[in-house]
Amino acid sequence: MSRQPFRIPVGGLVDRARSLRFTFDGRTFTGLAGDTLASALLANGVRLVGRSFKYHRRRGIFGDGVEEPNALVRIRRGDRAEPNLRATSVELFHRLEAASQNHWPSLEFDIGAINNLASRFLPAGFYYKTFMWPAGAWLYYERFIRKAAGLGRAAEHPDPDRYEKRYAHCDVLVVGAGPAGLAAALAAARSGARVMLVESDFRLGGSLLRDPRPIDDEFAPEWVNGVEAELKSAPNTRVLRRATAFGYYDGNLVAVAERITDHEAKPERFLPRQRIWWVRARRVVLATGAIERPLVFADNDLPGVMLASAVRGYAVRFGVRCGKRAVLFANNDDAYATVAAFVEAGGTVEAVVDPRAGGPSDPIKRQIQALGVRMLEGHVVTRAEGGDSVRGATVMRYTREGSVVTGEPERIDCDLLCVSGGWNPTVHLFSQSQGKLRFDQANACFLPDVSRQAEQSAGAARGCFGLQEVISDGVDAGRSAVKACGLTPARFRVPTVNEEFTEAAPLLPLWAIPLPQGRRGKRFVDLQNDVTADDIALAVREGYRSVEHLKRYTTLGMGTDQGRTSNVNGLAILASIVGSNIPAVGTTTFRPPFAPVTLGALGGREVGHEFAPTRRTPMHAWHERAGARFVTAGLWLRPQFYAHSGESMMDAIYREARAVRSGVGIVDVSTLGKIEIQGRDAGEFLERVYINRWKNLKVGRCRYGIMLREDGFIFDDGTTTRVAENIYYMTTTTANAGPVMGHLEFYAQTVWPELHVHLTSVSDQWAAAAVAGPRSRDLLALACDGADLSNEALPFMGYLETTVADAPVRIFRMTFSGELAYEVHTPSNFALHVWKRLLDAGREYEVTPYGTEAMSILRIEKGHVVAAELDGRTVPSDFGFDAMQRKEGDFIGKRSLERPALKKSARRGFVGLVSEDGRHIPRGAQLVWNPNADRPVHMLGHVTSTCYSPNLGKEIALALLEDPSGHGNELLYASSPLTNTHVPVKVTHPVFIDPEGKLPRG
Amino acid sequence: MLLIDCPYCGPRAQIEFTYGGDATVSRPADPDAVETREWLDFVYLRKNPRGPHIEWWHHSAGCRCWFKVRRNTLTHEISATGTPESNLGGESE
Repeated sequence: MSRQPFRIPVGGLVDRARSLRFTFDGRTFTGLAGDTLASALLANGVRLVGRSFKYHRRRGIFGDGVEEPNALVRIRRGDRAEPNLRATSVELFHRLEAASQNHWPSLEFDIGAINNLASRFLPAGFYYKTFMWPAGAWLYYERFIRKAAGLGRAAEHPDPDRYEKRYAHCDVLVVGAGPAGLAAALAAARSGARVMLVESDFRLGGSLLRDPRPIDDEFAPEWVNGVEAELKSAPNTRVLRRATAFGYYDGNLVAVAERITDHEAKPERFLPRQRIWWVRARRVVLATGAIERPLVFADNDLPGVMLASAVRGYAVRFGVRCGKRAVLFANNDDAYATVAAFVEAGGTVEAVVDPRAGGPSDPIKRQIQALGVRMLEGHVVTRAEGGDSVRGATVMRYTREGSVVTGEPERIDCDLLCVSGGWNPTVHLFSQSQGKLRFDQANACFLPDVSRQAEQSAGAARGCFGLQEVISDGVDAGRSAVKACGLTPARFRVPTVNEEFTEAAPLLPLWAIPLPQGRRGKRFVDLQNDVTADDIALAVREGYRSVEHLKRYTTLGMGTDQGRTSNVNGLAILASIVGSNIPAVGTTTFRPPFAPVTLGALGGREVGHEFAPTRRTPMHAWHERAGARFVTAGLWLRPQFYAHSGESMMDAIYREARAVRSGVGIVDVSTLGKIEIQGRDAGEFLERVYINRWKNLKVGRCRYGIMLREDGFIFDDGTTTRVAENIYYMTTTTANAGPVMGHLEFYAQTVWPELHVHLTSVSDQWAAAAVAGPRSRDLLALACDGADLSNEALPFMGYLETTVADAPVRIFRMTFSGELAYEVHTPSNFALHVWKRLLDAGREYEVTPYGTEAMSILRIEKGHVVAAELDGRTVPSDFGFDAMQRKEGDFIGKRSLERPALKKSARRGFVGLVSEDGRHIPRGAQLVWNPNADRPVHMLGHVTSTCYSPNLGKEIALALLEDPSGHGNELLYASSPLTNTHVPVKVTHPVFIDPEGKLPRG
Repeated sequence: MLLIDCPYCGPRAQIEFTYGGDATVSRPADPDAVETREWLDFVYLRKNPRGPHIEWWHHSAGCRCWFKVRRNTLTHEISATGTPESNLGGESE
């Protein structure tokens, strides 16, 4: 083992046979297996680990767990670099690389520390006050402020790791594996409940790891191992280590972030790095323990000022002495355990400073005397002394009445100042579950009071602090959780702590230690955000008296530690300044996450192209081979066009569009929504959901239909075919397939449940191809196995069932392009087979596969509407669809069409536009008489769809226009002020090609 | 995330469902027979109660059935669910 000057030769729960090498800011150190990065740094005597957020003051390790405000580090390099990790929660591994943050050029010499000297000019709310005027200047300041703001630097390249999510269900979820949690899990598991126990740490035991009192005559860590082994062997019980419960949501859903390979130098290839568990528990036991509070005095942020419990934890669990000569400053009995632990670890305790006039309870006093430690009752530390780290503590007499310090200040030399202001139960998850807190005067802390969800707190999390009491409370919680799940709690003996119980002397609440008369100094409340007691006073003077306002104005309680060591001190100081009390001031809202969670873990596998499913039609592979370029349409990938070699995108699109009008084209329309409507009332149902008539549709015929919302606006369009007497086959637009199905189900199930109608989505069961162009009938005649496709047998809007190369097909004679055209639908499994057969048959006619772009041009030329026109603001009469409208009876939205604003005379109508100067008509352009007129310019209408028509050789568009038939030969402008484009246009009929509709009927 | 007791499938996580709005309004049986005001109220007016609310939910990633849920908009507590014809009680607490 290489030299670790502060490592105690024996003891601790570290593996002394396994040395681990690691680097911190480029320097190489050695630690032991079982260390955290923090304990390994302390073992090597590294005091300075970071710079504070605002003043860039030197900061050292302060705590030993999730509460750590100072020791934020960046772990690993390159793509795997992760900033803002608490060194106290980072498990040491071989070749770990860590770097400190928030300094430049180096941790020891940091230019930003000038902020500390200039701190008089950087009060709370500084940014709000300084940079808000003149108004426009923020844009200038912002660049510099953004640079100075924030902690840490994220990796700059895509995350190479994989993350998982998993759902779990259990009877009892126990959060926290300290003495209460272990006891609760044991009680529940022995009763046969399905139990999950989750623990943030890589080792179970919680406070037992720092205060290992014997339980059932066993050394506490041994007892913990025994419990862990029993739980792991119990059926239906799962124990997760390195798993932080970070969110408590509705319906007793708890989110847990499990770190799976973070502690491995080289993550195993097939393991995810982290996994989020969404645990739905019938009952939750919150055994989340408590976090020690610091005390607030001048320069209490110097490296070497540490929580008393942390000092004890480093000594007992990790075999690390945090200094050589310590002073303990505490207002409660519990912290005195640190004295014995530190002396045991080979350190010297120079003095114990206790503000209570009577000091601790008698047994503790005797203990301190026996150790020969100086006891200063009725005293406080007013200032930590030292430049780069603690060199001493200034002590003065303290009078509780009026909270004043008096007498001659005495300096006690030391290099470690252990502080304890009592304990705050970790009520975060309880509060997230909407539970109500109450303030406990005796322990001066918030405790869970009224539960809102199926949970209960146990142990220190609800203010039980004696170990025996904690264990009993855990057993009780486990038993009552089991009972709440309807199981019978097993009987077993409560584990017994082999220790005499001593009554503790009451804690003396102590929030901010006053500065001696005439002295200045920074008394830090929030170490991470550099918020001092004076900042709180300033905020109150400036009117921020509510605790939520105080938080926003001063940043108290923000950041990665979310004020775990600062919140209660902060609001107690606020209460004393505004002359109120702590319960009246209240707390800020506790929100998830309890501790930072990586975005990678929250995203899980749903990143990149797996963010959403990708839908491909059955002919997708063929399209790929044919050189299709794909476009996304919702979740679907559709061929946009098929480029031949040497062809530009526009060349390809125009070639495809021309081929359809001159010969024959084929397009994959499998993405259409398809719904089968069956039952004896199917026709009646359709008449109520569409504006059209359906009962008079003959079997074997199709009809174009318009569907409205109740407010009268068009919801969707498509064709429906009467396949048999009581079977209709509906198609919807691709994008609306899901919403239309939900809409139909709503009316069938809730509004007209008396109708005998059954709806089935068959979008995935049927694939479809449209064959369009003058030669489409010839092509189909070759492809179909002998069906009669004559005008008589299969007229326009007719329907036929036949086979193509032995595969069943449904042929619909309908058109989107305006040409003679057919849609061929076939069960998806046959789709590629049928598609290939259609292409084979079309070879003789030079059949051209076409994509969505050509399809769009063809439909604009024909004046067919799509979502660009049916945009939720149009009604049937806008497009002349009112001619199809059923006059008698009711349908969805009919009554609303009677509103004056939806009458034809009040509305814009559908027209075509032709560019006068050959320029492209801008999409979304407004139609005006004179684009240069004084503003506001009267807008006559707007462009909905626009394209170059290769078949007409013109730039054309579709539009909605006021007084659509009243513009004659008038010149209008399609005006796009954003692009400063104003194209002169003439108004035409919206159907550019074959306005009489002869082609599809031919 | 809510746990919603689908009357057909049992308790399922909220992600399987789609919210469908206020279930206390019902479509007039004969829209032509009602006053314009009444029709417009049906189309546009929705209460936004603080407390229990009867609403439609669709088990869109499950059995595809619409059903009623009595949910407290303040606490998210679901006190009852039922089929479309069920009466889940009023919206007072």
